[in-house]
Amino acid sequence: MVPISEVIGMASPTLTVSKIRCGTVIDHIPAGRALHVLKVLGITGREGIRIAVLMNVESKKLGHKDIVKIEGKILRPEEVSVIALIAPTATINIIRDFEVVEKRRVEVPNVVEGVIRCPNPTCITNKEREPITARFKRLSKQPLVLQCEYCGTLVSETDVLRLLGNEVSGS
Amino acid sequence: MEKANPFLGRDVVSILDFSREDLEYLFKVAEVMERFRRSKIEILKGKVIALAFFEPSTRTRMSFETAAKRLGADVIGFSSVEATSIAKGESFADTIRMLDAYADLIVVRHKFEGAAKFASEIAVNPVVNAGDGKQHHPTQAMLDLYTVKKMFGKIDGLTYAVVGDLRYGRAATSFIYGLTLFNPRKIYLVSPPLLRARPEVVEYLRKKGVPFEEVNALDEVIEEVDVIYVTRIQRERFPDPLEYEKVKGSYRITLDLLSRGKEHLKVLHPLPKVDEIDKRVDNSKYAAYFEQAANGVPVRMALLSLILGAELGKVGADL
Ligand SMILES: Nc1ncnc2c1ncn2[C@@H]1O[C@H](COP(=O)(O)OP(=O)(O)OP(=O)(O)O)[C@@H](O)[C@H]1O
Ligand SMILES: [Mg+2]
Ligand SMILES: [Zn+2]
Repeated sequence: MVPISEVIGMASPTLTVSKIRCGTVIDHIPAGRALHVLKVLGITGREGIRIAVLMNVESKKLGHKDIVKIEGKILRPEEVSVIALIAPTATINIIRDFEVVEKRRVEVPNVVEGVIRCPNPTCITNKEREPITARFKRLSKQPLVLQCEYCGTLVSETDVLRLLGNEVSGS
Repeated sequence: MEKANPFLGRDVVSILDFSREDLEYLFKVAEVMERFRRSKIEILKGKVIALAFFEPSTRTRMSFETAAKRLGADVIGFSSVEATSIAKGESFADTIRMLDAYADLIVVRHKFEGAAKFASEIAVNPVVNAGDGKQHHPTQAMLDLYTVKKMFGKIDGLTYAVVGDLRYGRAATSFIYGLTLFNPRKIYLVSPPLLRARPEVVEYLRKKGVPFEEVNALDEVIEEVDVIYVTRIQRERFPDPLEYEKVKGSYRITLDLLSRGKEHLKVLHPLPKVDEIDKRVDNSKYAAYFEQAANGVPVRMALLSLILGAELGKVGADL
């Protein structure tokens, strides 16, 4: 059987990735942030699902972009909205029978819980062995400003990237 | 005329949990409590108040303890982590659960920011924040504002200089937040650049439209201010001892400086002070900090009795 292939990017030589029958394509991720997106979604790669990560692909809208294609898993909007923390330009495409059946923008939710830890080392949420998860209120969307509900610390998009970056490379 | 008690059963995590009207209500009760500074009234008889001081304190703890005892409540608790099973590795959450089972109200101090909020989520009974790291110290702000109210007859319309360690100082932070509930003419945030108020505090002032300005030294604004709120440099909160050495003694309040200010100028300080105020200021007309410290007891008596729903009619409070 010949795999149905798709050509990504306009420049040759062409890079081909099998089409997904059913799943989720996260498109228009700012270039270089695909791994952060996976991290925010809690995807480690050890789940056994097929994932294609395309980085620094040419894009008409963004110049360069990253794309994440997750096979066999339809992500609900609530699940993906948190990626807006680091990829506000992202679009979520739901694929069924090889076709895009739904397309959504992402938006940072009013409350962000359990995605990043608080950057303040003396925040109670960073105390070892306490039954507590960091929780942030969204103060502003553009530019992104979150506030820790426990210690009041303000968190910017750069802070989020740094926090996730540490974990991406540290794990 | 009877107004509903806005403190009944409430947690006190941040001064911003309350409105101006709430604080005015508290101040009225505190005035009544001043009559009982030297006596024991039994309006909280049978209640147990837990003082959970995970971080050392003299003034705040003793002032809470005095307040509780004057009201007839029993007091349990600890004043350092070493004396508790925390030292054996018990979690903060478990300690709070235990105290919640024993006491009717928990007063908590901890070096981690957010500890009191976390405790208030765990405990069924009310939790009063007696200081969480560098973040909040709401009961200090209550007595500070009460002191200003008593000295000037008002909190609105005055110009304030909050001086010193605005970055790590929770008393200064809570005082600034507390002022936003009123209408100050202007707040000067006076500190060395290293000790500027934290971004979330400055952001809050901006959002609320409170007139404020960050300046480096008090002598730039001394002629304008009515109230100077001085704080100690929080040595223990400096991540780097070298950084501490750099700012130590970089501001100092002297009689000379104060004499250039307004006639009625008052100096507040949450105490303990080290060397940020010249000793000669202590006996001058400017010093308000000893009276301020004394106000801690009636204000905390008022707060505890309101939260626990004491029958204030019995002591002649007409609310
Ligand atoms: N079956 C599929 N398997 C894998 N990827 C797919 C599949 N269908 C679409 N895609 C990818 O999903 C994204 C959105 O597809 P779509 O056809 O809507 O492209 P588009 O018209 O360029 O959308 P947009 O306007 O959002 O850029 C693209 O990156 C496309 O390559
Ligand atoms: Mg496209
Ligand atoms: Zn925090």
